[in-house]
Formats: sequence, C-alpha cells, structure tokens
Amino acid sequence: MTEILPPLLPLAVGIPLLLAALGVALRKKRLARHMISLGTLAALFVFAVLLVIATGDGTVLVHQVGLWDYGVSIPFVVDALSALVLMIMSVLAIASVLFAMATHEARARFFHPFVLVLMAGVSGALMTGDIFNLFVFIEVMLLPSYGLLAMMGAKLGAHGARIYVSVNLLASTLLLVGIALVYATAGTVNLAELHGAGKDDPAVALAGGVVLTAVAIKAAVVPVHGWLTRTYAMTSPAVTALFSGIHTKVAIYVIYRIYSLLFDGDERFLWVALVITSATMLIGVLGAVGEKTTRSILVFHMISQIGYILIGVGLFTLLGLTAAIFYLLHHMIVKASLFLSTGAIEETYGTGEIDKLGGMLKREPLIAVTFMVAALSLAGLPPFSGFVAKFAIIQATLAESHYWVAAVAVVVSIFTLLSMLKIWTGVFMGSEPDDLQERALTYQQRMHGKRYLRVQAQAETPTLTIGPPTATTSAVLAGKQAVKVPFKLIFPAILLAAITLFFGLGAELLMGWSETAAENLLNPMDYVRAVSGA
Amino acid sequence: MSIAIAVGLLTAAAVYLFMQRGMVRIVLGFVLASHAANLVFFAAGNTAYRGVPYIGSGELGEQADPLPQAFVLTAIVIAFSITMFMVTLAITTTTDDDTEDVEVSPALLLAADRGDTNDAGFFGLTTESGDIVVERGEDETGDPWPEKTPGATAPEPGASAEPGTSTKTETSAETQEGDAR
Repeated sequence: MTEILPPLLPLAVGIPLLLAALGVALRKKRLARHMISLGTLAALFVFAVLLVIATGDGTVLVHQVGLWDYGVSIPFVVDALSALVLMIMSVLAIASVLFAMATHEARARFFHPFVLVLMAGVSGALMTGDIFNLFVFIEVMLLPSYGLLAMMGAKLGAHGARIYVSVNLLASTLLLVGIALVYATAGTVNLAELHGAGKDDPAVALAGGVVLTAVAIKAAVVPVHGWLTRTYAMTSPAVTALFSGIHTKVAIYVIYRIYSLLFDGDERFLWVALVITSATMLIGVLGAVGEKTTRSILVFHMISQIGYILIGVGLFTLLGLTAAIFYLLHHMIVKASLFLSTGAIEETYGTGEIDKLGGMLKREPLIAVTFMVAALSLAGLPPFSGFVAKFAIIQATLAESHYWVAAVAVVVSIFTLLSMLKIWTGVFMGSEPDDLQERALTYQQRMHGKRYLRVQAQAETPTLTIGPPTATTSAVLAGKQAVKVPFKLIFPAILLAAITLFFGLGAELLMGWSETAAENLLNPMDYVRAVSGA
Repeated sequence: MSIAIAVGLLTAAAVYLFMQRGMVRIVLGFVLASHAANLVFFAAGNTAYRGVPYIGSGELGEQADPLPQAFVLTAIVIAFSITMFMVTLAITTTTDDDTEDVEVSPALLLAADRGDTNDAGFFGLTTESGDIVVERGEDETGDPWPEKTPGATAPEPGASAEPGTSTKTETSAETQEGDAR
C-alpha cells in the first residue's frame, strides 16, 4: 500500500477542486450538488483512513509532484500527523455539510463548491512539503471561507466578514514576508532542506519566528486572538462548526510542523511557547465568563483549548507531543459537536442568547444529552476523550516539572466546567420563557419564509418550517403543536458526540496513533530522509 | 538599500491606511502592504544578479534567481483576488464603506432608487411587510435618504438593536456589535 498511495496524494487536492467546478456548473441540480459534495468528502475520509493505516508504523509517504528530482520538485509528504488531522477534518466537514443541508444553507449554489475548494486547500496544506506551497494552500483554503462567511453572515451584516478577511489577509502578508525572509536567509523553501536551519542559524530562526507569528495569528493564540471571537459568532452555526475544526487547527498543525522541522525542536525557545500557551488558556476561559450567547462562550473556549493543544510545542517531549496531538484530534470533534448542538437550538428558536432560552431539557432531551456529553468531554471528565486528553497533557507538564503550567491547566479546566454549566443551566434547565414559541415562529418566517412567500404569491399562511407549508406547519401555526428541532439538525452533533465517547472508551487506539505522530515530529530525520530519498 | 527604504515606506503607509475607518482605505492599505511583501521577496533573490535566468545564456553568477519572481507572481495573483473580494465587501453590505455611521451603501441606494424590494431583501434590509429599511444612526438628523426611500419605515433605534432582527443600528461601535452577538 505504501507504493500505491504516494502517487495518489495530489489527487486529494485535484479531485475536490475539479468537482467544485462541476458543482458550480450544475446550477439547477441541487441534489447532484449534495451528492457530489458528500461523495467527495466521504472519499476523502476513506483516503485519509488508508493514509492513517499506511503511516501507522511511522512510515512517511512522499510523492515528488511531476516526478522532478529532489531539490527541484515540490513534494507532497504525509506522515501520521497529517493523515490523522486530515481524517478528522473530513469527518467534521461531513458533519457540518449534513447540518448545513438540514438548515437549507447548502441549497445556495456556491455552498458545496466552496466547501470542496476549502477541503482541497486543507489537503494541500496538510500534505505539502514546501513552505511557499503551504502559503498558497492556506490561501486556497481561506478564499472559499471568505465566501462562506460573507454568504452566511449576510443576514447579520458584513462586519464579521470584514474583520475576518482583513485579519487573515494581514496574517497572510506577514506569512509571505516570513517566507521571503526564510528564503533569503536559508536559500530554500523546501521543509526537508530547511531541517534544523533555525537551530543552527539565528537569522533563519528570526525569519522562522516571523512565519510562526503569522501562523499564530491564524491559530488565534493570545494576544492575537481578538478577531476569532468577533467573527466566528457572526456567521451561521454550520459555518462556525466547519471553521472551528479546520482553520485554526490547520494553523496549529503548521506550528507543530515548522517547529519540528525548521527549529528541530530547539529547546532554547520552549519557554516562550509555555508562557504564550498558559496565557492563551487563561485569557480564553476568562473571556468566556462575560459572554451571553452560547456561541460566543464556545468561541472563547476554543481559544482556551488552543492553549492546551499548543502546550505540546512548549514541552517537545514524546509524552507532551502525544498528549497534544490527542488533544488536537479530540478537540476538533468535541468543539464541532458543541457548535452543532447549540446551533440546532439557535437555528430553530432563533437565538443563542442564554437569557432568552430555557427549559430545553424537557423540550429537546436529545440535544440536551448530546450537549452534555460533548460539554463534559470538553471540560475533561471521564469516560469521554477529553479526560484522557487533559490527563495526558497535565501528566506531560508534570513530567517536565512545569508545575505552574499544570496548575494553570487544572484551574482552567474548572472554569471550563463552570462555563459549560452556565450554558447548561441557562439553556437546558430552568423554565421556558413565555415567548419562546412565538420567537421561534417569527424567526423561522424571517429566515426561511420570505423566499417561499415570494414564490407562492404571498401565500395566506406564511411558511413556518423550512420549505413549502405542510399540515404540520399549519398545526404549529395554530398553536396546536410545539416547535421542535428536527432530528436531521441534531444528527451531526450526535455523530460527533458518539465519536468522542468512542475515543474516550477506546483511547488506546487514538493514543497509539498520536504517539506515532509524536515520534515523527520528534525525529524529523525520518521525514527528511523520506523526502530527500537518501 | 533602495528596496529596504521602499519596503519601509510602503509598510508605513499601509499601517496608516489600516488605521482609517473606511473599508476602501483599508483595502488600499492592503494593496500597499502586499507590495511591500513582494519587494521583500525580490530582495531575497538578491537584486545584484540581473542576467537572464536561462541555462547557458550567461555566467551562473550573473543570472537572476527566478524562484522569488515565481513566488511574487503567485502572491500577486492571490493578493489581487482577495483585494477584489474586499472591495466587494466594502460596497455590498448593509450600510456603507463602513464604520462611518451615517453613510448608506451604494447597493442599497441603487435598490432604493429603483424601488426594488427584491434586491434590498437580498441584503437583509426589508421588513416583513416588504418595505425597504434604510439603516440609520441614532444621532442622525435631516438625512435625506429616508424621504427618498419608497414606503420606508425607519427603525426605532431601540427596537432595531434587538438581536435576530434583520436591521440594526450602525451608530454603535463595532465592538459593541460584536459583544451584542
């Protein structure tokens, strides 16, 4: 299998791009677009699983694109880390697309093509072995994201999209300058050739620092995190879930990759990472305290969790990296599950404000359980994957005698739990607000009814659920039946919550993969040898 | 040296423009910033070598490094497309080229002039009754636009600040809006 797979690597970028074009062309065929999108994502998932199996023993798969010689070619490289991240990201993309199909966002002509181009960029960014190519793929990933954000945020105004584009363009420009400086000082942009350059030469280290700073902005690390909370809460829940699992996490992947290769895990700079990650953990979780909507609380927690994930860079030991990679994979799933379960409420009842919701436990028990599972996993309680992840992280910091980092991690966990309880008591417990049903009806009409109202020549009963009016619709309108979240909206969150339970009970499996990935990061010589063919 | 000075000047001008409120100025800032980045790339390729970079066309020591030029070409294309998108964002949104509070977007004005409720609806500007709502600031007086808008109902500043509605006041600073959501 290790011989068949490498030549197929560029296809993970090429096929989604090609099918995205096809999706744009099929403007009247909505079903075909759905099928193309889901089919491609499922195929990407299967491909990623094959890659995980092939790299499970520490093998590094390399393909020199165009069969050019090493030194001239732009290689595609896959090791355990890239394969694992790609696998989880394709799962997330599938869940988010299913959610978007349920909310009918995916009916927009460009939704699926955007998602496919986004995934093409993600595959490219995870696989490329060339730092300039990395920049290009990050841009390929970001361009459709701008579109998605603007498209879905149109109802909320364009401020979110503006901030998002501006910040990302600034970070990209900085990344470009960093890459130029790396090229100027080291004379190459091939990651394998750059191995250890940052350790040996302070000038390259400085250039690498510029690159890392730019990537840190994209990863929303404190103190450059402000844009995240301002933009992710300003688009639709489906898009937030998709972005939360993909954009910042690709940036984190890049930080790991560059620190492992360019800096060769240089111990002199590790304390910087530890200070920054501790600040990120603390400030993220404290920021969540003042927030009033479910989504903005979750977005602040995302920042805090990014701190946990990056502890691995600050430790750069086998235990630390294993724990951090496990945390990264666990976090992507859990966070998306939380965004989707609260998003299902938001999409149905028209608000994510804690004050305006309540009593959902009785009304929507299935969402309540799903949320509970993911929230407890996020806070780090057994038997979910979050417990294993946090336990391993804290163990790794203690093994390196960084007691204050471990203390911060524990304190932040408690605050995380408190915040999750805040959502729990505010949204799921308590009594139902009197105007809940009314608000939901108004919202549904505003979001989805208008189009049908127009099409159906101002139909007498304004459509309530998404789609043409049905018998249920009129029953709800007449007040005979309560508004309920449809199962298709809950399903993606349940899927992801089940995965976190699976990885909690079967942590052994994921831990083993994470350890292989950590070993690859720790001994980048395997990577270098595989790419250079020496 | 001249490249270093040019990069410095471009960056300074870009930072100045980033500080402005209008979206178009911010976009112009990014144009300058990406030029600065491109010049850094050129400098990385060592500008002293200016020969044609074909094999056999001259001394190896004289030939220019083609790689940074290829990089710059790629970067220009990307920066250009994003710039176009940002310019679009500057005009096709609810109010304005931005944060100046009482301005009204060209797209909305065109729609209002035509009395085209469909277009306005696309931007989330219609009320349920189909009227076009021109978003206004609280402190605004004597603005000519509400009169020109057919059947316009200016939203109550208090009422329109309610989340979940398709209209909102623009007077509040961006920060407050971000917090409100």
